[in-house]
Amino acid sequence: MSVTYLEAIRAAQEKAMQDDPTVFIYGQDVGKFGGAFKATKNLAEKFPGRVIDSPISEDAMVGLAVGAAMEGMRPLVEMQFADFSTVGLNQMLNHAATTYWRTGKPCPMVLRLPSGGTPGSGPFHSQSMEAIYAHYPGLVVMTPATVEDAYSMLLEAIRMPDPVVFCEHKLLYYHLKAKELPVEALPAFKAHVARAGRDVTCVAYSAMLHEALAAAEELAGEGYETEVVDLRTVKPLDTDTILASVARTGRLLAVGESWPWGGTSAEVVARVASEGFELLDAPPRRLNAKDTPIPYHPNLWAAHRPTAVRIAEALREVLRY
Amino acid sequence: MERVSRAMLRARVLEDKLASLYRAGRIVGGVYLGKGQEGLSAAGGAALRKGDIFAPLIRDMAGRLAFGEPLVDAVRTYLGSRLGPMKGRDGNIHRGDLSRGILPMISHLGAMISATAGVLLAKRMKKEKGYVGLTSAGDGATSTGSFHEGLNMAAVERLPLVVVVADNGYAYSTPNERQFACADLLDRAKGYGVEGHGVDGTDAEACWEVVGRAVERARGGAGPQLVVGRLLRLCGHGEHDDALYIDDGIKSSDRGRDCMVVMREKMNSRGLGQDWDGWEKEAQSEVEKAVMQVAQEPVPDPFEEDWRATATLGAAEAVQKG
Repeated sequence: MSVTYLEAIRAAQEKAMQDDPTVFIYGQDVGKFGGAFKATKNLAEKFPGRVIDSPISEDAMVGLAVGAAMEGMRPLVEMQFADFSTVGLNQMLNHAATTYWRTGKPCPMVLRLPSGGTPGSGPFHSQSMEAIYAHYPGLVVMTPATVEDAYSMLLEAIRMPDPVVFCEHKLLYYHLKAKELPVEALPAFKAHVARAGRDVTCVAYSAMLHEALAAAEELAGEGYETEVVDLRTVKPLDTDTILASVARTGRLLAVGESWPWGGTSAEVVARVASEGFELLDAPPRRLNAKDTPIPYHPNLWAAHRPTAVRIAEALREVLRY
Repeated sequence: MERVSRAMLRARVLEDKLASLYRAGRIVGGVYLGKGQEGLSAAGGAALRKGDIFAPLIRDMAGRLAFGEPLVDAVRTYLGSRLGPMKGRDGNIHRGDLSRGILPMISHLGAMISATAGVLLAKRMKKEKGYVGLTSAGDGATSTGSFHEGLNMAAVERLPLVVVVADNGYAYSTPNERQFACADLLDRAKGYGVEGHGVDGTDAEACWEVVGRAVERARGGAGPQLVVGRLLRLCGHGEHDDALYIDDGIKSSDRGRDCMVVMREKMNSRGLGQDWDGWEKEAQSEVEKAVMQVAQEPVPDPFEEDWRATATLGAAEAVQKG
């Protein structure tokens, strides 16, 4: 028996709906069809009236969730692709995210974003949106990298009193497997040291965790021990775990699949530079995708995003300084 | 109808007071009035009952008061009292009280339609009965994607939603002919598959009848209702705006009538002018009292402010630390 990242997401939704009658799912094709990626397969049959097909109206989908959350429900909105959530940004950033601050009343809802690049997906089905959402106050932004986290963090997200943006990586959907669903969850909002090492810290999240782990393995063959920190949640950002790692290694590379201007890796480097400057033996570095739209052709796509090979190169540069 | 008339009067008296406080420099930020729209707005608020949902927009002082928002809360939000529903975190028209069923609007036009639909869907899922949600829009808001998405979605779900469009001729300075190309916004109802109701927005009694009917149609299960009231904004977009762009011809047309004058004349013709005057006096003393009271109330203190944007304690603490 094994369970994939996608099956874990489906199982978490099922458990949340079993546990809490106020949880419902709203999204395009999520009902009988089971969703574009089948993340809601069979849920409409199991929970009649609680898995609802929406029109292609991302703004209204998020707006509806805001209203339903205000009325005491826990809506779980599936965007067909993270990229299309730009159409619903206004409702998420200006409505959901401001509700608690403006009214003192919680706005518990989850926006599930099938995120990140896969070969052949091109400019509009490949984006990583976490930085945009994290920039606005009032949202929690999760970026699970493992099957276990996909399950337990989605359950956490649904139980949370705040609007949560849940960035799940499409590349991990079918290929990433675990033996079984986790019984215990890692602590909420804490980053996780996915691989211990003493020479250099590599901070990553979502699909980049696996590229970073592969790069660490490659460097281990060259005699360098890389500590890989999985952020798990990018907002709030667990600066303590990052600083503790840099205190051990003295060197930092922050990796993100999203674009280089601003963003999560920039935030990590900025925090380490300002709060842990004296811990550093080398300039902290970042590695991101290229600053162009995401290409369609697999040859171009593979060169556009950070890969284990490029991460290993960047780590060597940090180590050589 | 007395509820409508009283709300109109209280709104007009209060807004005249707010305008003078603004000119005296006592209000920070904008002041946005509903002059000329009191009848249509009050009809919406008065047609609702306890347990219903009201998502007002920028020119809905009268509707808010008719629905039951305490007048003092409006004053508190404009003057930034810490005791107001927004505690100084948001101001002027951006106020609401979820415990009273009043959604606090965001500035982005059309956005409240889907949010109101969400509340109604939640009520349906909770098996509540007999509720209605009413939200307002202007002619400008009808051009947004959010308006279209929200009304279409509510129609698909056949929710008990009433959208009242106050077609006041101008979106800020932009006239109708630069805003939409259909002859009448009411024509759109058919496209959405919802029932449409047109009304002379300067006639509060007609508004009361038409909006009331729309609310009852929605309550009875007939799905979303689109009401379009034609009228004219008798002030600027905000009090900072002299509105010189408003055409003189439209001002002197029937569309430019002041609903307060129209209603007062109706009362007079029925020998009820004294009632109207009495209500106006009551409104004046209520407004004076509220302004005096709020002037004494504490204002927000940045040192005591709870600077947290999330309700999750762990998240908030971690964010603050970061």
